[in-house]
Amino acid sequence: MSPRRTLATCKRVLLQLLHDPRTLALMLVVPLVLLGLLAWVYHNTRVFDSIGAPLLGIFPFVVMFLVTSVTTLRERSSGTLERLLTMPMGKLDMLLGYALSFGMLAIVQAVLASEVAVHAFGLHVAGPEWFLVMVALADALLGTALGLCTSALARTEFQAVQFLPAFILPQFLLCGLLVPAGALPTVLRWASDCLPLTYAVDAMQHLTRESTLTHRTIFDVGIVLAFGLAAILIGAATLRRQTK
Amino acid sequence: MQEAIVADKLQVTRGPLRVLQQISFSLEPGKITGLIGPSGSGKTTLMRAIVGAQKITSGSLRVAGLPAGSKPLRRVIGYLTQNPAVYDDLTAAQNVAYFSAILGCPRTEVARVLREVDLTKQAHQLVGTMSGGQRARVSLAVALLGDPQVLVLDEPTVGLDPVLRKHLWELFRNLAAEGRTLLISSHVMDEAEQCPELLLLRDGKLLSYSSKEALLRRTNTRTVHDAFLQLAGGGK
Repeated sequence: MSPRRTLATCKRVLLQLLHDPRTLALMLVVPLVLLGLLAWVYHNTRVFDSIGAPLLGIFPFVVMFLVTSVTTLRERSSGTLERLLTMPMGKLDMLLGYALSFGMLAIVQAVLASEVAVHAFGLHVAGPEWFLVMVALADALLGTALGLCTSALARTEFQAVQFLPAFILPQFLLCGLLVPAGALPTVLRWASDCLPLTYAVDAMQHLTRESTLTHRTIFDVGIVLAFGLAAILIGAATLRRQTK
Repeated sequence: MQEAIVADKLQVTRGPLRVLQQISFSLEPGKITGLIGPSGSGKTTLMRAIVGAQKITSGSLRVAGLPAGSKPLRRVIGYLTQNPAVYDDLTAAQNVAYFSAILGCPRTEVARVLREVDLTKQAHQLVGTMSGGQRARVSLAVALLGDPQVLVLDEPTVGLDPVLRKHLWELFRNLAAEGRTLLISSHVMDEAEQCPELLLLRDGKLLSYSSKEALLRRTNTRTVHDAFLQLAGGGK
C-alpha cells in the first residue's frame, strides 16, 4: 500500500466524475428530490418527521451503492484493472482510492441532503443536526463499500444493477423502518441484527427522538462503519492478479 | 548474457481447454520477436502469462530470471493489452499521468511517451472521443512508461495508418537497440516480416521458434505467410 497510489487513484476517479457532470448531478440531486417528494406526500402529518431521517440515510446509501458497483465493474471489464494489477499497484490502494473519492462526494451529498431536509423541507429531529450529517455520511460510505465488494460478483452491468434488489431491498424490508425490528418474527429479527442497514436506521431513529447523543447512536454508527471496512477488505480479497 | 524470457514446457489449461501446450523458447535481450498466429491460437494467453496475469498450469516461465508474475517484475515489463486499457472519460494526458503516478515516474514522462506515439496534439482530448487507432496509441504510451526492460505488446500496430506504423516500428527497433526485449504479437503475416525473430503459434502449439531467415531457409519459402502455411500442413 502507498499513499501516493491511493491518492492518484482518488484523483483519477474524481477527474472521471468531473468529465461526467450528468452522473454527478444525479448523485447529488436525486436524494434531494426524493426527500422533497416524501415531505410533500406526507405534508400536514407527523410521518415525515418520523421516517425522514432514516430515509435521509437510506437514499445516499442506495445511490452510492449503485454508482460504485457500476464504476468498479467498468474498471474490471474494460481491462484497466488487469493492467493496473500488472503494475506495482496495491489492491487496497485501488479500493481505498475509490472509497476516498466517493467518500468525498458522499460528504457533499450528506451535507446537502441534511441541510435541505432540515431547512427547506422542515424535517424536525430532536438530536444534533451535525450528527445527522455524520450518520448520513456513514451510510453513504457503507453504500460505497458494499458496491465495491459486490461488484466482484457481477460479470455484467445488468447483473450489477440487479444486486440492488438482491442486496439492498431485503435490508430495507428488515431494517426496522416498515416494522420495528422488535416486532419481527424471531428468525427475521436475527437476520435484521446481522444487516448493516438496520444499524443505520436505528441511529437515525434515535436521533429523531432523543435530544442528546446516546451511546446507542454512536454504537450504531460504529457498526455501520465496521461493516463498511469489512466490505472493503473483502473487496480487496476478491481482486485477483492472475486468472486461472 | 541472461535470457529475458524463458519458457520451458509451458502449459496453460482453462477447464477442459488446453490453451497452450508444451511451449518452450528463450528470448534474448535486444531483439524484437514476433508472436505470429491466427486469432484464437493462444497469443494473448501467452502474453498474459508472461506479464503475470494468467496462471500457469505446468512447466516454467521466467522473465529476467524470475518466475513470471513475481512482484519485482511489475516494474520491469511494459504491457500493451489487445483492447486498449484506458479510461474513456479521461483525456489522453490524464490517462498517462495516472498510470505514471502508479509507477512513480517523473512528470516529464507523460509528455515524452505521448510524443513517442505521436499524440502530443491530442493530449487534452477525451479518449472516448478518439478513433480506435488513437485509443490504442494512448494504451501504447502507457506501456512505454517507466523505462521497461521487457515490452509485451499485443497487436500494437493493427489498424494504424501506414506512416504511423512505420514510425512505431522504428521506435520498436530503437528500443531493442537499447537492449530491451520486445515481444510483439500479430495475426497479420505482413507484420511478421518486420521481426528478426519469430514464434509461430497455432492451436496452442508452437509451430516454429527461430530467426526469420532460418525459418524461410528451413521451409524453403519466401514469405512468413507461406512458411506458416507449410508448417501448419496446409501447403502443397
